[in-house]
Amino acid sequence: MSTAVKVKVENLTKVFGRTPRSILPQLKNGVSKEKILQETGHTVGVNDVSFEVLEGEIFVIMGLSGSGKSTLIRCLNLLNKPTQGKIWFNNEDIVQYDHHKLREYRQNRVAMVFQHFGLFTHKTVLDNVAYGLEIKGLPLSERVKNARTTLESVGLQGWEDKYPKELSGGMQQRVGLARALATNPDILLMDEPFSALDPLIKREMQQELLDIQSHLKKTIIFITHDINEAFKLGDRVAIMKDGVIEQMGTPDEILAAPKNDYIKNFVRDIDRSRILQAKNIMFKPSALVSVKDGLKVAIKEMEQIGISSIFVLDHERRLLGLITIDDAIQALKKNIALKEILIQDYFTTTPETYMQELIPLATETKYPIAVVDEQKKLLGIILRVTVLSNLV
Amino acid sequence: MGKVACVNHEPLPNYLKGDAIMFPETLRLEIGIYVDQFVKWLMHNFGGFFEAVSAGVLWFILKMETFMLWLPWWVILLFIFLISWRVKELKSAVIYTALITLIGMFGLWDSMIQTVAIVLSSVVISLVLGIPTGILMAYDKRFNEIMRLLLDGMQTMPSFVYLIPAMMLFGMGKVPAVFATIIYAIPPIVRLTDLGIRNVPKEMVEAAHSFGSSNWQTLTKVQLPQALPTIMTGINQTTMMALAMVVVASMIGAKGLGYDVLQAIMRIDIAKGFEAGISIVFLAIIIDRLSQSVGERFKFPE
Repeated sequence: MSTAVKVKVENLTKVFGRTPRSILPQLKNGVSKEKILQETGHTVGVNDVSFEVLEGEIFVIMGLSGSGKSTLIRCLNLLNKPTQGKIWFNNEDIVQYDHHKLREYRQNRVAMVFQHFGLFTHKTVLDNVAYGLEIKGLPLSERVKNARTTLESVGLQGWEDKYPKELSGGMQQRVGLARALATNPDILLMDEPFSALDPLIKREMQQELLDIQSHLKKTIIFITHDINEAFKLGDRVAIMKDGVIEQMGTPDEILAAPKNDYIKNFVRDIDRSRILQAKNIMFKPSALVSVKDGLKVAIKEMEQIGISSIFVLDHERRLLGLITIDDAIQALKKNIALKEILIQDYFTTTPETYMQELIPLATETKYPIAVVDEQKKLLGIILRVTVLSNLV
Repeated sequence: MGKVACVNHEPLPNYLKGDAIMFPETLRLEIGIYVDQFVKWLMHNFGGFFEAVSAGVLWFILKMETFMLWLPWWVILLFIFLISWRVKELKSAVIYTALITLIGMFGLWDSMIQTVAIVLSSVVISLVLGIPTGILMAYDKRFNEIMRLLLDGMQTMPSFVYLIPAMMLFGMGKVPAVFATIIYAIPPIVRLTDLGIRNVPKEMVEAAHSFGSSNWQTLTKVQLPQALPTIMTGINQTTMMALAMVVVASMIGAKGLGYDVLQAIMRIDIAKGFEAGISIVFLAIIIDRLSQSVGERFKFPE
């Protein structure tokens, strides 16, 4: 992943009301949101928020209703005009854009997916997906071709001529996603896109988004109120409360060190088994045997650190198998080679596997689980006890 | 009950007869004079404008009337038949054609054409004025409040009242009839256009903007198509009200089925009154059903 900054938000504030700018001094002096609403009738949506979004990452903004997250994401394509602050994109402050440049920015650079889909119910699925291209001014044949390809990429071929309301919720949001992807934007804004879907479809869509992201590598800013969704999808997560970002970091960082009680409360709700991946809980084995080392070395290694089994690698660190101490001693007595006593009935897994999927493995096996990459090179091992104890 | 009636017939006691109960004559406000003066001032200063409007509207109605009278009767019947068949079904087509034939058999063919010409002219002008007004109302809150007040007034006023300013500004005949009809019939299309556009889900409008649509593109590609079913209901309502008003408008000299009814009333000619009256009912049914069915075709899955 490249680490170039794609969007940089500086001290962004959004106040709704008759004279939003007049509220800024009060905000600066730390007058509370409630007090401002009561005394002046102005609603503070976002209060002095700064963050950076890196190219190709999924940046999740998480918060409960009224936390200002939807207001914030609407500032990024200027559906909400910020009261104060800067939004840098390609070295330009988009807040300063005039009418013409703003339309150009929206047509080419940024697209949005909405909570309730925001599909045009009077247009067919195909025309919906082609809408952004139509506004861009592409010729009909080209936009139809483009829209068809995009629809195919979200698995909706054959539905082109239906109307949105004839589709199920999950399919409608696929149309919403396809419509946003069709213009090939740099930034994808997703405003609680899966909140209106039922849990099963939601999980499916999350997976699909990750799949799409893995080859498109868009910069995605994703809004959600679901902490599990935030931690599952987000490369980095910002947690908002009352228009302010409370904590920002990778899911691991936030899990490891929740900044205050508010965050702690959230993190408590997290189903860790769905957030933590094999790579988060594996460790580098302190003892390994190479196949050419022979039985004596293997037994010595096991005795030294007091373990009953050990993984055996070839000279390129590829995993060959596992031997137990009992077998090894027997083999040494009978003069059988190490290769002959390798056990294969242990489990291997990839570093990206979620702990959730490791639980059944951990309860079944009596050996550690080996984490390997695509070349079968051993990356680390996971002890059964680690998986099971992390659940508590 | 008899007792109460008895009480009512008793003369008022003397102490109730003076200024205490009667409205004082000294407070008489002769506002009519000012209105009269205002209209005269209008005619004096903007006479040319009203004449131009009058000439334009008259030209429009007459063209329409002449055209429809020029068409052979069977062409019109065939047209009714085909269009009813297309938007509805064969049964309706047969019935509607039969009803129109009946009107002709009553000897009211020309009256019917005159009525339809005034209704159509009024509806066309109402739509041309009403739809943009409704759109503006949906966009501008202040304008919306003012227009609502005006529309409420227009709708609560008895339809006869519009005959007065129409007559004052345009004299007698078809033009004031169309003018009065427009005032009476325009509120539904204005209101329903406004409603239709304001009811477009906020997210849909946001979606249109988020792809860089201009305001005009958002209006024409999203808001108006979304509002179309509601606007079609407005067109239906406006048409029906125009038809109702045309009958009233015959009092200021617009020829047509209404005029026949009026004449029958004045002559106490029950036979003619019935024929003209039932013809209006036939016309109303056909126009209502056809415009509703046309509206249905603009619906999309919601």
